[in-house]
Amino acid sequence: MAKHATPMLDQLETGPWPSFVSDIKQEAAMRAANPKGLDYQIPVDCPDDLLGVLELSYNDGETHWKHGGIVGVFGYGGGVIGRYCDQPEMFPGVAHFHTVRLNQPAGKYYTTDFLRQLCDIWDLRGSGLTNMHGATGDIVLLGTTTPQLEEIFWEVTHNMDNDLGGSGSNLRTPAACLGESRCEYACYDTQAASYNLTMEYQDELHRPAFPYKFKFKFDGCPNGCVAAMARSDFSVVGTWKDSIKIDQEAVAAYVAGEFKPNAGAHSGKDWGAFDIEAEVINRCPSAAMKWEGGKLAIDRSECVRCMHCINTMPRALHIGDERGASILCGAKAPILDGAQMSSLVVPFVEAKGDFDEIKEVVENIWDWWMEEGKNRERLGETMRRLSLQKLLEVVGQEPSAHNVQEPRHNPYIFFKEEEVPGGWDRDINEYRKRHQR
Amino acid sequence: MAEITYEGKTFEVDEDGFLLKFEEWCPEWVDYVKESEGISEISEDHQKILDFLQDYYRKNGIAPMVRILSKNTGFKLKQVYELFPSGPGKGACKMAGLPKPTGCV
Ligand code: HEM
Ligand code: HEM
Ligand code: SF4
Ligand code: SF4
Repeated sequence: MAKHATPMLDQLETGPWPSFVSDIKQEAAMRAANPKGLDYQIPVDCPDDLLGVLELSYNDGETHWKHGGIVGVFGYGGGVIGRYCDQPEMFPGVAHFHTVRLNQPAGKYYTTDFLRQLCDIWDLRGSGLTNMHGATGDIVLLGTTTPQLEEIFWEVTHNMDNDLGGSGSNLRTPAACLGESRCEYACYDTQAASYNLTMEYQDELHRPAFPYKFKFKFDGCPNGCVAAMARSDFSVVGTWKDSIKIDQEAVAAYVAGEFKPNAGAHSGKDWGAFDIEAEVINRCPSAAMKWEGGKLAIDRSECVRCMHCINTMPRALHIGDERGASILCGAKAPILDGAQMSSLVVPFVEAKGDFDEIKEVVENIWDWWMEEGKNRERLGETMRRLSLQKLLEVVGQEPSAHNVQEPRHNPYIFFKEEEVPGGWDRDINEYRKRHQR
Repeated sequence: MAEITYEGKTFEVDEDGFLLKFEEWCPEWVDYVKESEGISEISEDHQKILDFLQDYYRKNGIAPMVRILSKNTGFKLKQVYELFPSGPGKGACKMAGLPKPTGCV
């Protein structure tokens, strides 16, 4: 018998999509039955009380969590999101309901052994509820009490060789698309880059030292499967410099209908026979393709590497061999001064080995932003306030046409004094000699 | 909200153990909190950080940015953590009696 009546939540058990309500009820029943005989370290009915407080919120149309919460583990300035219920007498099981962010493996590949160990720790010391995964990438352990935080941290580090993720004004947990592990579009090893930079900047991740939060994300190609350009201050997106590789026989197979366009992604609807002219050639944003006499040709100098033709004919068209990545900066959500996607800063950078070229850009940006960024100002906002020119300067990137979508249309142009013959020191009396008042 | 009595003084605190009123701060508070923040003895260096936080808060009505704390006290962030294991926010600000840090923590 459930602890609280939840008539509204019960409605969310109907319908075809996996119901979070059914799942939480299952966990609540499992804890009540306790088949393993665990000595639960937080209230056994924590999930019941979570459903109870959620039902109350459904009724009131208001949240029932208090403002903020500052908890953590010694040595770190982040990693745990403290939270307290504003009706602790009614729902004592969630009086404390802190969230622990755990660093996830890049690409989120797991063994069942790892996940079982983690569940064992969390069953004993937490609510048994999780988020797989938080939007930034972390494994999210949802709901525990303050005294359990150091216990969980000890077990995760000592028994699982794992660490907390980031929170606060610091480097947050980096994430990558699955990259070369199982995608033929990957232009660099995104998982290796994510892992390497996560390890390199552990201090910056665990101990907030920045004006505000800062995120890395690594996409293997412009398709953006981890949405780096929208969700990270520092977005690394794979690309290539040479030509797209064309397998003319495979192109013919697409045209003949042997291979399905877009690997069959549109097979749910009848779009007619594949029409290479209409679906690829005429859709190329820079009109860089030609289809003549049964041969496909691409003008490399015009191609903007948008991925469309490769996405449509993956068996016939392949990324080039001179691979690397572009670095774009400044993406952020609307608060405070409006949403931003990242802007292109470095058009092409090597992305291999220890990723030293990428780290150099990171560190130059940090040196500048840590000094110049205002309190709670994202990099994107600092860029707007102090200009893209300034960012290019600190990164050592020669400004080029690549850095803008279009040139400015206003004439409020600043010049550096040394660029202007004679400088800024002028004498009005000299001027008056030629121009009377 | 809980009330704590220590060495004849009473303090109003929240769930996270932050003082609700900066004016209630007194040296006994530091003595009371230090153990829960992993500190056995308050050294001169600890005191220097606490003093700076309080001065800055009285003057500006906010806690200083980490960078400003480091610059003014001369302690690198690493040293701040050596002194205050849970960091400048949860550790030092709490002991100095400043309000609880807010935002997307
Ligand atoms: C042969 C005579 C003149 C010519 C060819 C001329 C031309 C121009 C041009 C091309 C602009 C820039 C417009 C823009 O960028 O949108 C301008 C702006 C302006 N002109 Fe003239 N102008 C003349 C005489 C005058 C006189 C006699 C006055 C005032 C008594 C004057 C006052 C201004 C002002 C205030 C502006 C705006 C400046 C700004 O937006 O920063 N102009 N003029
Ligand atoms: C107290 C006196 C004045 C004030 C505060 C004033 C203020 C302004 C301001 C704020 C602008 C807009 C600037 C911009 O868009 O960036 C402007 C534009 C302009 N003002 Fe004045 N102004 C004054 C007197 C005058 C006088 C006496 C003249 C001409 C004899 C004049 C001619 C103009 C012109 C031509 C423009 C440009 C209009 C445009 O953008 O097309 N102003 N003024
Ligand atoms: S971003 Fe590109 S490389 Fe990465 S998984 Fe998606 S398609 Fe593949
Ligand atoms: S990648 Fe995009 S721009 Fe380049 S040829 Fe293909 S469709 Fe055209």
